[in-house]
Amino acid sequence: MMSDLTKLSLAEARDAVASKKVSSVELTKAHIDAIEKARGLNAFIVETPEKALDMAKASDARIASGKACPLEGLPLGIKDLYATQGVHMQACSHILDGFKPPYESTVTSQLWRDGAVMLGKLNMDEFAMGSSNETSYYGPVASPWLPPGWDADKGRSALKGDKKGLLVPGGSSGGSSAAVAAHLCLGATATDTGGSIRQPAAFTGTVGIKPTYGRCSRWGVAAFASSLDQAGPIARNVRDCAIMLRSMAGYDPKDSTSVNAPVPDYEKAVGASIKGKKIGIPKEYRIDGMPAEIEALWQQGIEWLRAAGAEIVDISLPHTKTALPAYYIVAPAEASSNLARYDGVRYGLRVPGKDISSMYENTRAEGFGREVRRRIMIGTYVLSAGYYDAYYVRAQKIRTLIKRDFELAYQDGIDAILTPATPSAAFGIGEKGSGDPVEMYLNDVFTVTVNMAGLPGLAVPGGLSASGLPLGLQLIGRPFEEETLFSVAEVIEQAAGRMSLPKAWW
Amino acid sequence: MSVDQATVRRIAHLARIAVRDEEVPHLQEELNAILAFVEELSAVDVSGVEAMTSVIPMRLPLRKDEVTDHAGADVVTGNAPGAEDHFFTVPKVVE
Amino acid sequence: MNTTAKPSKYLKGATGDWEIVVGMEIHAQVTSHSKLFSGASTAFGGEQNSHVSLVDAAMPGMLPVINEECVKQAIRTGLGLRAQINHRSVFDRKNYFYPDLPQGYQISQFKDPIVGEGEVIVDVTPTEQIIVGIERLHLEQDAGKSLHDQSPNESFVDLNRSGVALMEIVSKPDIRSAEEARAYVSKLRTILRYLGTCDGNMEEGSLRADVNVSVRRPGGPLGTRCEIKNVNSIRFIGQAVEVEARRQIAIIEDGGKIDQETRLFDPGKGETRAMRSKEEAHDYRYFPDPDLLPLEFDQAYVDALASGLPELPDDKRARFIKEYGLPPYDAGVLVMERESADYFEEVARGRDAKISANWVINELFGRLNKEGKTIATSPVSAKQLGAIVDLISANTISGKIAKDLFEIVWSEGGDPNAIVEQRGMKQVTDTGAIEKAVDEIIAANPDKVEQAKAKPTMLGWFVGQVMKQTGGKANPQSVNDLLKQKLGI
Repeated sequence: MMSDLTKLSLAEARDAVASKKVSSVELTKAHIDAIEKARGLNAFIVETPEKALDMAKASDARIASGKACPLEGLPLGIKDLYATQGVHMQACSHILDGFKPPYESTVTSQLWRDGAVMLGKLNMDEFAMGSSNETSYYGPVASPWLPPGWDADKGRSALKGDKKGLLVPGGSSGGSSAAVAAHLCLGATATDTGGSIRQPAAFTGTVGIKPTYGRCSRWGVAAFASSLDQAGPIARNVRDCAIMLRSMAGYDPKDSTSVNAPVPDYEKAVGASIKGKKIGIPKEYRIDGMPAEIEALWQQGIEWLRAAGAEIVDISLPHTKTALPAYYIVAPAEASSNLARYDGVRYGLRVPGKDISSMYENTRAEGFGREVRRRIMIGTYVLSAGYYDAYYVRAQKIRTLIKRDFELAYQDGIDAILTPATPSAAFGIGEKGSGDPVEMYLNDVFTVTVNMAGLPGLAVPGGLSASGLPLGLQLIGRPFEEETLFSVAEVIEQAAGRMSLPKAWW
Repeated sequence: MSVDQATVRRIAHLARIAVRDEEVPHLQEELNAILAFVEELSAVDVSGVEAMTSVIPMRLPLRKDEVTDHAGADVVTGNAPGAEDHFFTVPKVVE
Repeated sequence: MNTTAKPSKYLKGATGDWEIVVGMEIHAQVTSHSKLFSGASTAFGGEQNSHVSLVDAAMPGMLPVINEECVKQAIRTGLGLRAQINHRSVFDRKNYFYPDLPQGYQISQFKDPIVGEGEVIVDVTPTEQIIVGIERLHLEQDAGKSLHDQSPNESFVDLNRSGVALMEIVSKPDIRSAEEARAYVSKLRTILRYLGTCDGNMEEGSLRADVNVSVRRPGGPLGTRCEIKNVNSIRFIGQAVEVEARRQIAIIEDGGKIDQETRLFDPGKGETRAMRSKEEAHDYRYFPDPDLLPLEFDQAYVDALASGLPELPDDKRARFIKEYGLPPYDAGVLVMERESADYFEEVARGRDAKISANWVINELFGRLNKEGKTIATSPVSAKQLGAIVDLISANTISGKIAKDLFEIVWSEGGDPNAIVEQRGMKQVTDTGAIEKAVDEIIAANPDKVEQAKAKPTMLGWFVGQVMKQTGGKANPQSVNDLLKQKLGI
């Protein structure tokens, strides 16, 4: 049955398509259908059904001639931050109105090289700045998880309005996490600068990994904060994530920060034993006012890993607390410079002005949303004369300290670190951030350390909150040891049991 | 550290983002909230610490001197809101 | 920097002497096939926006990758400036908005440039040499071009030049006159052309100068300086220095003070004017470019480049003085362009160096300049000129005939030896024939013969007449000797 096809995991679909039990065209049609029915969620902002079917047909032809590639015929969603040749790429911002890139990002071109099929572009926080997908020019995304106590009718009714009260899918990769959780695609590309893969994955009961900085190419992905951005997948389980990462990762000579190291077959690490692996538990991640159920989940995770033969070690990462404020200096600073190119001259929106300066000012005022404007201004300020040393340089020094904390732990033999992924379950659309911008930033408290240190981080569902919403655990790894993360995450997934994602109410 | 309204306007101009007069106070509040949040960093002891230059230990890769990019004027100016005869056009700039 | 110039360099104002203090920032386009951080072509000319990559156009998601040849060219230039080469340097973003700056920032080097302090030896005149200190050299991206005169309401932007590698060479403020400024830029240009790191073509904009000028009382504290941007000829550099210094002197003597500002030189009006809309001083918010790691190389890398450098002008000049016995001025003229020096050496190989130098400098260069040609486009090759020198040295032709021969080779080409044969240009050395001509002239001019006895300078007239009689082919020395003998003077 058509709808059953969207219930397949990516790995199952891969095997089914490769063994010709299902055609890519059938599989793709099923997803196109699902996307149409789910428009109310606003996860996809651009649908590309014709292109998808063309790609599916080509995949079926390749399979017929015995030339199947690792992702042959598998329909995926692509975050709007990625350049997709000839197809809308706007980073969900008004300022890139009408932009159709004449180029394809390296990461997505690798997906197409491996036979995958593009269903469309996914919603996100504007220029990846946000933790709830509420800053998108195209409006918020509704998580497929209903708020506690809501029924389907109430949910559908809210979808028709301003979506207030429905849950956020996290951000900035909210479209990606919602689409995956709602079975609208087998997997999705996402990006993570301060937690934008891991937090949405945790909020929607899906799996997401931000690989080591330099593992995936940034070429063709609109830059937010160059020293922190990384591309990565969101999928419904650990194995699916591993399969996707293998295709996404790899050296790119067009990116000077891309690392020339071979890409392992990450899927092989899924199911590997973790006996004897040392798992660090950092005491500084136990923050004031942490909800009891988050602490309980963390303990549960520790027990699962111990039961699987891992050695649990208490560790200290003393500079943990400084990571979030330091991030909110470094990231906006880099963003203020990276977003200077959006000026109405060569592409995107142009708002006229009496002279060139007015044109810039009008275009950028109208083109950027409030969060982006805030961050550009903070970034401009902390780089400005008289403040550069006190803010930016200082934050970069603190970054060295944060990274050193991890290095010392790893030198002591720690293989991976276990922490909660988020300080809470998903909250409601419109609930946070309207008064104090900092309130929204606190969502990233467990995740930003990982970007600041350039390490790989993975979020895997650990269980449900008391109110029945997904909660995630985070694993932080050594540089380029994503395999360990997949092995450990699989243990958690097996112990917790596959997350039961919500049935369609939309 | 906090910013006054004149500073808000100056930063907005540096960043080439127009702000209407009525927006300035609220923007000032938001920026000050963020600055207050990051203030705690001034207490951290960073003596003798090098600022991070590269999060992964790597040397800057060098590229061979070859002409590899032939995008072409059509592609380069194809998305431009203002273009004429393959030039980008902008409001007149006076030097 | 606090060295005071010689009094001869002072400008005279209404209230006394003034000293000019000049420093320069030279922007030299690096000779390379592709741009500094992108693979687009650096070729000059070309239809607008046709030498532009997606990286240069600053499309979303584009990233810089550094061109190794540009790094090498910067190191070579640093070696040519006798400068410190920094094994670790950092690329910083210089942030500002301008339509010919697509990224909204220029990738440059601020705190840690690739080359440190050095110096350039400058021969201002044949007898005066100064040393101009180099502060630093760094690599940076060039901007595109904006045309403001194509339309009344719009400026047109062409990004072909955007992203081309520039070396910014910053001198110390060691220059004390317009003449010194011209000589400095000329010498710097020569060094760059020798190294092949920049073609120094100022008309095409490969070399541009920002000239910083201030004035002070001799020995006094430094005055406020003004920067004159983008002066694109050596002649204009000299004029701009003069004009700006006088402008500042007039203001100060009038009781005013100098505003530190950026100005443009207008060659038509012969004056500098302040650039418009330079509102607040730019806050460039420099920070290390996070898309690029620090540039690092070891001494072995530098040494390998050093061993591949050509002989530089100062060394070549010294060698010419020593090996060829040339006077310093002549040696200096010959080494100004590497091609000229090579040409000279080919002519001088196995021949009299002084005669060779004389012919190259006075005959060839003179003629080339007159017709706007260069050594590369010279109608007379080194081989041909060498043959002419041989004919002179062997006394086969006289100096005067040699000039005629040169003229023939210039306009018609051909082998000088063959031409001399075909046209009977050989010098008459047969003393019998010369004597015959001398006798004829003496016989025909008895009155002049008498005059010559009283006035020996009349010899010249006789020499001229004999030369005319022999169609210019008589050996002048022989004519001279014979006449003296026969006239009894």
